[in-house]
Amino acid sequence: MVEQVAAQTNQTKTSTVFKIEDCDIYYGSYKAVRDVSMEIPPNQITSFIGPSGCGKSTILRCLNRLNDLIEIFHLTGKILYHGQNLYDSDIDPVEVRRRIGMVFQRPNPFPKTIYDNIAYGPRINGFKGDTDEMDALVERSLKRAVLWDEVKDKLQESGFSLSGGQQQRLCIARAVAVDPEVVLMDEPCSALDPISTLKIEELMMELREKYTIVIVTHNMQQATRVADKTAFFNAVPTESGGKVGYLAEFNDTQEIFGNPKETATRDYVTGRFG
Amino acid sequence: MTSFRGTSPESPSLAGLRKNSSRPRDVFNIIMTGLSVLCVVITLIPLVLVLAFVTIQGAGSITPALFTELPPPPGLEGGGIANAIIGTLIVVAIATLISVPFGVMAAVYLSEFSKDGQVARWVRFFTNVLSGVPSIISGVFVYALLVRTGLTGYSAVAGGVALAVLMLPTIIRTTDEALNIIPQEIRWASIGVGASRYQTVLQIVLPAAIPSILTGVTLAIARAAGETAPLIFTALFSSFWPNGILQPIATLSVLVYNFAIVPFEPQQELAWAGSLILVLLVLLTSIIARVVTRQKTY
Ligand SMILES: Nc1ncnc2c1ncn2[C@@H]1O[C@H](COP(=O)(O)OP(=O)(O)O)[C@@H](O)[C@H]1O
Ligand SMILES: [Mg+2]
Repeated sequence: MVEQVAAQTNQTKTSTVFKIEDCDIYYGSYKAVRDVSMEIPPNQITSFIGPSGCGKSTILRCLNRLNDLIEIFHLTGKILYHGQNLYDSDIDPVEVRRRIGMVFQRPNPFPKTIYDNIAYGPRINGFKGDTDEMDALVERSLKRAVLWDEVKDKLQESGFSLSGGQQQRLCIARAVAVDPEVVLMDEPCSALDPISTLKIEELMMELREKYTIVIVTHNMQQATRVADKTAFFNAVPTESGGKVGYLAEFNDTQEIFGNPKETATRDYVTGRFG
Repeated sequence: MTSFRGTSPESPSLAGLRKNSSRPRDVFNIIMTGLSVLCVVITLIPLVLVLAFVTIQGAGSITPALFTELPPPPGLEGGGIANAIIGTLIVVAIATLISVPFGVMAAVYLSEFSKDGQVARWVRFFTNVLSGVPSIISGVFVYALLVRTGLTGYSAVAGGVALAVLMLPTIIRTTDEALNIIPQEIRWASIGVGASRYQTVLQIVLPAAIPSILTGVTLAIARAAGETAPLIFTALFSSFWPNGILQPIATLSVLVYNFAIVPFEPQQELAWAGSLILVLLVLLTSIIARVVTRQKTY
């Protein structure tokens, strides 16, 4: 069944990777995000910015169905991936997550060797090759994450032996090792020093050639440096006393920062709140 | 120039900085510290006394024969407790083989798959109740289940099952806790590269938790190895070499219980020697548990 879906999506590969249609997202009865519609283009970097708690991570996690792990989560509306609704009942979330990889806020390598951190994903996805082919895959993934030169002599050491920035690049290498089409990144640099941050940003620019990248960031300079398109999310109070996030503005990054249409966007990007 | 004020230590506002042990607060502090030191000493006295007593009484009887020979017939000199040492190892091994797989799997269910539902809460509750149940109850239970029914009769297996019942709650609880300590992000990372729930548990979560699980298992073993009550009417006792796991079997704790109360001096000495070896075994397992804990990743 999954293969069928795969075949279909390959045929219908569109110029939009994700099309989010009228999404409301709930945690239990609490509506965290309302009425989001947007289109994410392929081989570009799309950034999500906005104040804390406006639902950026929530939306990002919907794109690879990671929110399924949160029991009280549910969603109305559609998230189309090359035209296929990811939340259709016959979609296998495990396969979705292989195609749409994720890098988290805090570097979270597995408690395994550097080599096994990379090899784990391909292995559980039924990698058929022999040891040499796996070695090559590990090397290729680490090179793609520009980490190879730093770790090639200590592949059998624990992933924890690396610095924070290196760990995060290891996580990126781990994500690309299963050959995804999209890489989602949730504030990947917020736990890193400025130099590691720059390295990761350079890396993102390179990865853009091959992958579609969606990144949540708190750092507006980062958004201007790397993102082709930027979505500004905002949160407004509701009558019931809570607050709900919504997509305030989505446009080319230059427009969002240079010529925002909404006052809220302008206030946010000029640092007046957030 | 402005003049500086209040910088001399003798100036009134700074005098309060100096130590002054006659203030009520400081007196109280000293008294409480003294009291807790006293309590520590009082607690340690029986512990040290027991260890010292067992060592002094038992050390004299430690001979090579102890580890190679059977106990002598009542009234005769010499002999050893080799059968009981082997017996304890066998019974504890059986108990471990039963309780570890069941306990670890139960804990995996509780921590990874139950989603904190009603079932999990009840299981956790009963596990806690079970860990407080007197050990003799587990002996009675297994006696009724396996011995009286003739399923195994008095045997090493019955003894092992009785000890397994005692070990289960400890293993479930420590494994449950060990799994809960593993950061959620690691599970998400594994799911994020396309792993299923059970692949994540088997290949990422459990391996990361193994040091903590082993610690729990060793502690459970240490406790079980010293139990007497559940063994008296399950494993019974034997003066001979172990003869298969479906026969009654000698164990150190039951040997101590039997030999300490007989009027023959050589038997009493063997009981002391047995006590010492039991204490050393428990000590050794506890040390192993400590060492293993140091390997923890989280
Ligand atoms: N696992 C969860 N369970 C319940 N509520 C959640 C959960 N995760 C996030 N939320 C709520 O959803 C809203 C959006 O959170 P989040 O997506 O983390 O925002 P952001 O990433 O923009 O800071 C917040 O009000 C938060 O409290
Ligand atoms: Mg967030």
